[in-house]
Amino acid sequence: MPTLEHNGSTFQVDEDGFLLKGMEEWNDNWVDYVKSSEGISELTDEHTKVIDALQEYYKKNGIAPMVRILSKTTGFPLKRIYELFPSGPGKGACKMAGLPKPTGCV
Amino acid sequence: MAVPKLEQLSKSVVQGPSLATGAIPTRDWMDIPVHFKEGNYAYPAKKEKVEYLDSQKGLSFPNARIWSPEDDDWKLPEDWKEIILNGLKERLGKFRSLKIFMDCCVRCGACADKCHFFLGTGDPKNMPVMRAELLRSIYRNDFTLAGKLLGRMAGAREMTVGVLKEWFMYAYQCTECRRCSVFCPYGIDTAEITIILRELLHLVGVGINWILEPVSNSNRTGNHMGLQPHTYKDNVEFLADDIENLTGVRINPPFNKKGAEVLFITPSADVFAEPGLYTAMGYLILFEAIGLDYTWSTYASEGGNFGLFTNNESMKKLNAKMYAEAKRLGVKWILGGECGHMWRVLHQYMDTMNGPADFLEVPKSPITGTVFDNTASTKMVHISEFTADLIKHGKLKLDKSRNSHVKATFHDSCNPARAMGLLDEPRYILDHVVDWVEMPENTIREQTFCCGSGTGLNTDEIMELRMRSGLPRANAVKYVHEKHDVNMLSCVCAIDRATLTSLMDYWNPGVRVCGISELVGNALVLEGETRGELDDGLRTLL
Repeated sequence: MPTLEHNGSTFQVDEDGFLLKGMEEWNDNWVDYVKSSEGISELTDEHTKVIDALQEYYKKNGIAPMVRILSKTTGFPLKRIYELFPSGPGKGACKMAGLPKPTGCV
Repeated sequence: MAVPKLEQLSKSVVQGPSLATGAIPTRDWMDIPVHFKEGNYAYPAKKEKVEYLDSQKGLSFPNARIWSPEDDDWKLPEDWKEIILNGLKERLGKFRSLKIFMDCCVRCGACADKCHFFLGTGDPKNMPVMRAELLRSIYRNDFTLAGKLLGRMAGAREMTVGVLKEWFMYAYQCTECRRCSVFCPYGIDTAEITIILRELLHLVGVGINWILEPVSNSNRTGNHMGLQPHTYKDNVEFLADDIENLTGVRINPPFNKKGAEVLFITPSADVFAEPGLYTAMGYLILFEAIGLDYTWSTYASEGGNFGLFTNNESMKKLNAKMYAEAKRLGVKWILGGECGHMWRVLHQYMDTMNGPADFLEVPKSPITGTVFDNTASTKMVHISEFTADLIKHGKLKLDKSRNSHVKATFHDSCNPARAMGLLDEPRYILDHVVDWVEMPENTIREQTFCCGSGTGLNTDEIMELRMRSGLPRANAVKYVHEKHDVNMLSCVCAIDRATLTSLMDYWNPGVRVCGISELVGNALVLEGETRGELDDGLRTLL
């Protein structure tokens, strides 16, 4: 599995670039790394709100929320979430929050 | 892995040098090794998923490790060859169909250009006859007299690591859709060849993550997504909230309700991701409209069965929860949602694997009194059969004009069409709820073209392959899109709903994808509704 370094932190990632050990290895340096790789120019409170919501939901449910639930809990319309995370909530936001990618018929 | 631009890919399909465009291979197929590179293979199963599955009772998934198809050394067990050959021997004894399929092919080639993978890639080894030949050549070498005596002259070859790698490449460039079988004069079921190839590969720890992770989730939580009971319930209730916002009608979906008449089981993606969510909203609205005494289950919370894409044992184990839950809840029969491969498992294997379900009754619609004799052994009815019967008896108040924003066509999802013969019921429903047209004759009903990403190939790292193998389907949609302004591709499968969406976005932007039940939900008039103008039906954002 690939390993990468950013600001002195070392991260193990899977083939899709998601954190292999999830939130266990998640920290601010990871957020900073994903920010640049996802082409997000500046991290705002809105980004943080989405990440917090994802992590909180994941702790309770062991899976990322439905996008509509994310939209409801953050109060951001879907369009805004896509503006914040250009590659989408499943790829960009989940990756930044240290969540795994959902699998199955999706 | 970036997918090539449309112009580039479409040119490559029709002009690129391949057998399909008239370029004749210069070397014998046995002498052309496979070459793995980023984008032409699905990622191998994660070590911890394989370890978990291997630790489960009744399952065997040995040789968990970190490996890559791009490496020369696949870290196979030392005695891998013996394992494979013994595995083949065991299956030849166990499955008569396999032995017959190995023996009876006359290589007439009727199947060759019927495969969407061959049409999209032009790779000779994607002709179904060749895919089977990859295994048949080993069968000849070790299990037939002619092969033992004459070797390569009789089309036999020795099992090598190169052959194993070739199996991995082509067993995962087949979606077990069985279109080729429709044209085979002997009825050889290539899906069964692929099933066996994948089973054999699992014996030595060669499998893909996009399949084994859902299998592992399903074994642990009851569904592919890994939705735990409280999450599953929340998601369905969230959809009920949306319905209330849209129609003014409050639905309270029942969960794990003992003594309900009907147990309802559908793919978990229907309660997780778009556009399946709208199909699930359609189910909820339908059950509310007819006052069905039914229940959702947070245990039997998945219709699909990725076990079918791995081996017999995991398919059986994952399927067992359906009857087990029906028995625990004391329901009379089971109603199944819009899933594809689920119906191959239910219709062809469930009864013998985990039946007989003699504690259930032959399904009878409590609304119309219709007895579904066709399901007398499995006790499980398809939602389209159930809905079509309701419409036929005039039990639904439908307002077709509520789908006036839709011009639909219908994609026969491979398994419901070819593995259970569900051809007319969805069409009957469409006639009553929406304006729709058929795609060309040789791409529908029994001859339907696969979405190109079934059997667990719906993963993003092989997107170019998916867009190639989905091209025949996309091309037929393009025809009705241009000729009849079709803007919605309806289907009855959860994998379809996910994968056809990517396929349409690539080849036919502007065409969306939906389940039949979404269109039913759009058109259904509910008692006491206070529904305004929903210009995009259940998808309308308020």
